[in-house]
Amino acid sequence: MIINVARKELKSMFASPMGWVILSLLMFSFGTYYLNGVNDYFAVMSGAMRPAERTGVTQFVGQMVYGFASFMVLFAVPLLSMRLISEERRSQTLPFLFSAPISLTEIVLGKFLGLVAFLSILIVFIGFMLFTLNIWADIDFGFIIANSIGLLLMVASFSALGLYFSSMTQQPVVAAILTFIALFALMFLDRFFAGDPSNTLANLSLTRHFQSFSGGLIDTGDIAYFVLFIVTFLTLTVRRLDADRLRG
Amino acid sequence: MNDFTVEATQLTRLYGGREAVSNVSFTLSKGEVLGFLGPNGAGKSTTMKMLTGNLAPSNGSVKICGIDMIEQPKEAKALIGYLPEMRPLYKEFTVDEYLTIAARLHRVSASHIKKAVEVAKERCGLGHMSKRLIENLSNGYQQRVGIAQAIIHNPMVVILDEPTVGLDPIQIRDIRALIREVGAERSVIISTHILPEVEMVCDHVQIIDKGKLVFNGSIDVLKKQRIGNKLLIGMHNPPSSDALLKIAGVTEVEVVSSGLMRVRFADDAAPAEAIVQAAVKSGWGLHQIAPDQTSLEDVFVQLTYQEQAVV
Repeated sequence: MIINVARKELKSMFASPMGWVILSLLMFSFGTYYLNGVNDYFAVMSGAMRPAERTGVTQFVGQMVYGFASFMVLFAVPLLSMRLISEERRSQTLPFLFSAPISLTEIVLGKFLGLVAFLSILIVFIGFMLFTLNIWADIDFGFIIANSIGLLLMVASFSALGLYFSSMTQQPVVAAILTFIALFALMFLDRFFAGDPSNTLANLSLTRHFQSFSGGLIDTGDIAYFVLFIVTFLTLTVRRLDADRLRG
Repeated sequence: MNDFTVEATQLTRLYGGREAVSNVSFTLSKGEVLGFLGPNGAGKSTTMKMLTGNLAPSNGSVKICGIDMIEQPKEAKALIGYLPEMRPLYKEFTVDEYLTIAARLHRVSASHIKKAVEVAKERCGLGHMSKRLIENLSNGYQQRVGIAQAIIHNPMVVILDEPTVGLDPIQIRDIRALIREVGAERSVIISTHILPEVEMVCDHVQIIDKGKLVFNGSIDVLKKQRIGNKLLIGMHNPPSSDALLKIAGVTEVEVVSSGLMRVRFADDAAPAEAIVQAAVKSGWGLHQIAPDQTSLEDVFVQLTYQEQAVV
């Protein structure tokens, strides 16, 4: 049943130009970064004489692309998540889902998975793009896989937050703005506490938890953070929708 | 166990202390069509939302084929097809895509989906619209898609909130035929403002006013109330009321205007013939005699007005 809701969401994302445009624009910018990364690699490495200054091509190009990708999804996710519930609320299509034999949790999970599936297309494409380096170099697959998992978790957290804000309003644009502000604050929270890195609030920052993945390290602590983040906002969304049914 | 398809007990819904629906109870059996009547804001849609599980009742319970809507919402919802007042259509999809999604969400098994979509389209006259975007359909066709969506999984109970709004007369006739067809083997609940429609398609009628059930009974009772035991008589030389009261069976005489009188008679009497004979004998100059029908509108106003008087 969750799958059916997710399928519906995916279908509706590809039914409008929005999904295609966002996908192609993002892929174009990632491609450009990839290309620049490869060029820069030769420029930088020809200047680096001592072995300590040398880094592998995977790490050099990968860090560039994934760093940029984690920044770009900050803009892409609010645009995609804004419609999920607010649009249905505005065009009064929610009763269609509410009167079908599916629970609210299934509706919310379905919508969430639909969006994550859409965004993971990007992650898979980025992965393939970096794998092509393997044609002339010996690349570090583990590094790319760790980065992909990190990016997926981050994108999923963004989607969960976006879904929650989308459930609070009837106006998709309002949902997008709220999501963007909240994500922006969460991303750069650790910058505000630059002088005191062990601050509890700085630990809430999404970027900080992405950092270990971007270095190629899969840390269960960070995975737990992302999973808790997702579960929290999905639960809040379910509760928000349940309030509709109770309060009307 | 009884075989009621819908069982609503003491349904109450509060909106910030104000009762939008209060203590509505009724039952519906298989093969019946129930009509919901009521002025604007009477609580028809709110009741329907509670029946379909879109709104939690503040008090009371709903049972669909014996399954409690609050305790087992998924099982109960699987038995219902619902078309809300605002059509829940995803306008970016084609008719086929939308109906396929509806069938899938309503647990139609994968191998039957194609057939279910075809049948629903055929029943609602949508066959030639399969590949059109819902957005581009006219109002009437969109309404048909809404109805198709509600009957696609062949539910035990079909609940339609104002199904004939925005349709042309021919479509209205088709939809009414469809409602009767579905109602023959399943249960249907419709709400409407159009009173003759109720008379045409419904077996049972409920009139709701200010959240309270003011009338609940079979359509025949309402029809009887409508036709009543009344005769309207037009005469050139009207006699005094007493002369008419002497005729057997006549219980009440009311002068409508000069030369026009309304006569009420007992249930088992048929005084028309006697009145005509008396008129001829005494030269009243009879030129018109007809059963006096109150329109359904009048009955409706009467019922909702009575309730106001009591309050």
